[in-house]
Amino acid sequence: MKVSVHKRAFLPLAAAAVATALAGCGSQIADPASAGSTASTGTSCVDTSGDSIKVGFINSLSGTMAISESTVFDSLTLAAEEINASGGVLGKQLQVVSEDGASEPTKFAERAGKLIQQDCTAAVFGGWTSSSRKAMLPVFEANDALLFYPVQYEGLESSKNIFYTGATTNQQIIPALDYLAEQGTTSLFLVGSDYVFPRTANKIIQAYAAAKGIEILGEEYTPLGSTEFSTIVNKVRDSKADAVFNTLNGDSNVAFFRQYKSVGLTADTMPVVSVSIAEEEVPGVGLDNVEGQLTAWDYYQTLDTPANKKFVAAFKAKFGAERVTSDPMEAAYTSLFLWKAMVEKAGSFEVDQVQAAADGVTFEAPEGLVTVNGENNHITKTPRLGKINSEGLIDTVWSSPEAVEPDPFLATYDWAKDLAK
Amino acid sequence: MELLIGQMFAGLSLGSVLLLAALGLSLTFGQMGVINMAHGEFMMAGAYTAFVVQQAIADAGVSLLVSIPAGFLVGGVLGLVLEAVLLRRMYHRPLDTLLVTFGVALVLQQAARDIFGAPSVDVRAPAWLQGNIEVLGAPIPLTRLFILALSLLCLAGLVLLLRGTPLGRRIRAVVLNRDLAETSGISTRRSDQLTFFIGSGLAGVAGVAVTLIGSTSPYLGTSYIVDAFLVVVAGGIGQVKGAVIAAFALGVLQSVFEYSTTASIGKVLILIVIVVFLQLRPQGIFSLKTRSLA
Repeated sequence: MKVSVHKRAFLPLAAAAVATALAGCGSQIADPASAGSTASTGTSCVDTSGDSIKVGFINSLSGTMAISESTVFDSLTLAAEEINASGGVLGKQLQVVSEDGASEPTKFAERAGKLIQQDCTAAVFGGWTSSSRKAMLPVFEANDALLFYPVQYEGLESSKNIFYTGATTNQQIIPALDYLAEQGTTSLFLVGSDYVFPRTANKIIQAYAAAKGIEILGEEYTPLGSTEFSTIVNKVRDSKADAVFNTLNGDSNVAFFRQYKSVGLTADTMPVVSVSIAEEEVPGVGLDNVEGQLTAWDYYQTLDTPANKKFVAAFKAKFGAERVTSDPMEAAYTSLFLWKAMVEKAGSFEVDQVQAAADGVTFEAPEGLVTVNGENNHITKTPRLGKINSEGLIDTVWSSPEAVEPDPFLATYDWAKDLAK
Repeated sequence: MELLIGQMFAGLSLGSVLLLAALGLSLTFGQMGVINMAHGEFMMAGAYTAFVVQQAIADAGVSLLVSIPAGFLVGGVLGLVLEAVLLRRMYHRPLDTLLVTFGVALVLQQAARDIFGAPSVDVRAPAWLQGNIEVLGAPIPLTRLFILALSLLCLAGLVLLLRGTPLGRRIRAVVLNRDLAETSGISTRRSDQLTFFIGSGLAGVAGVAVTLIGSTSPYLGTSYIVDAFLVVVAGGIGQVKGAVIAAFALGVLQSVFEYSTTASIGKVLILIVIVVFLQLRPQGIFSLKTRSLA
């Protein structure tokens, strides 16, 4: 327990109150020894004395990514409420401090710093774009704090301060490529937004394609938020590729699919596999434009598991029957429960103890049982290929027979040897 | 060949979108000297008008045709309010208008988020605009043709108004020499208001049009505003014909660059071209000759 300098003046006044509080919940005081053992410079200021514990949510509630990230915020909110309703974490109610990352990586870094240093949150949940995660990473490492990042990403990263509950490449992109190869695809066209995830993802796809004899007929990037796709769509059409691998993010998908369809390309003539379009994005893109197209994720709303039925029902009850649930939302929901399980296994909110306890922690998530891999801080996930149906939901057309171990550096794949360097 | 035609059309089509976005701006910025950063948000208002109209009228075709005048009205009225409440206090102070209208743009974006939510909404294209026609094997999307036609129609309407009506004559007189126009008995207040109404209304129409190709979200305006200003500046301030040539030239150039390189590099090249062009010809393609002292 630490008391900052300016609070010291109030000590005499507060003493009586504290004394009564201690009498009431003496068993819940953090172990002083563990607090003293924090070696890092930014010693944590997390207040574990009360009957509540602060956690931070950081999502873009404004800017171009708000379309996606606000849904993650909703599902985190649901998870926090469910945890609080069932008695909290180590008997403490979660008190959520939320910050808007405003779709700007620098804003994410700044707000994350605030959540750690000023709000003294025990853990932070959120982030979406890889740029935002890369911007926050040094902040969490310098302060030795915890971030739970809930979105599929390009892999090739592992930090002891970040838990990645979305898919890494061998749980999403590689299974999707395996599926395409299995279907007899011999040529691909790559389209993506111009930033970290699509560029790294496409590097992996190129390496995979070179090894498996799939021809890459084009690789095109557009600035985030771009709405002009005439030229790219012309190039795609002219390439006569078997399929398109789409790593566009946010609103660009709307423009891409509209313009894709308007030159006469369809899911039958040239299917598009998207890794950033989930249930939530379908109405905005327009169901007419994407019906029948493929998606690669680990979770779909239509999954038939008891945990998923409960999750979907709870979400609709809270946010409205017309709302849908998607993979990043499920991963975010899962992340809060995983943190709870880690904390309870550690018996402490201390970052180093939570990290030490993380390995092997499991949660019966809506997508199935997930297990934390303490070596790389990722979790096991079950890759699934989906097809967008006429209701705008996604049906599973292929599913991995078992949960896949996370391999962010693709160390177990021969063809990927040069990528991690 | 097929690709060449496809790309030629892509350029023209991009040019027509740029022209629609810039036409209103060439009036308010070009003719009145107001740097209206909220122009993009007036487009967004037009786009959401199309969405609201489509909620009310289920038939996508009818709703699109109703949306165009409705979008014009919504954009125009927003412009009129902006002019009456804020801008009329700051003519001849272009930098102030930039800051104030930027603030207004943020307010409008937040308003859209609060009313319609952060995710983008879907405005369906009517059945008769889905698909494409083939010209020598190249698919020409019907939505793109529609936007091209609409932008030419707006252009014709604007030119007719400016050249052929007493109102247009008054607007041109005020642009050429505000003081002399005033001493000749022209109400510059009224002329300013009307110019702003029409310019902002055109932004609304542009907003309705772009729902056919892109997403309708609170950030719709931000993706068009910079390009619109580029067109007006490159075309020459105060010149509608300059804006027309600049829009189509930039559209064609961009699709050529984009085709021969990539979308990101294409964007960089187009900006370099504009910077170099403005170094050589700071006044734009056409410059306005005026005897006014201001």
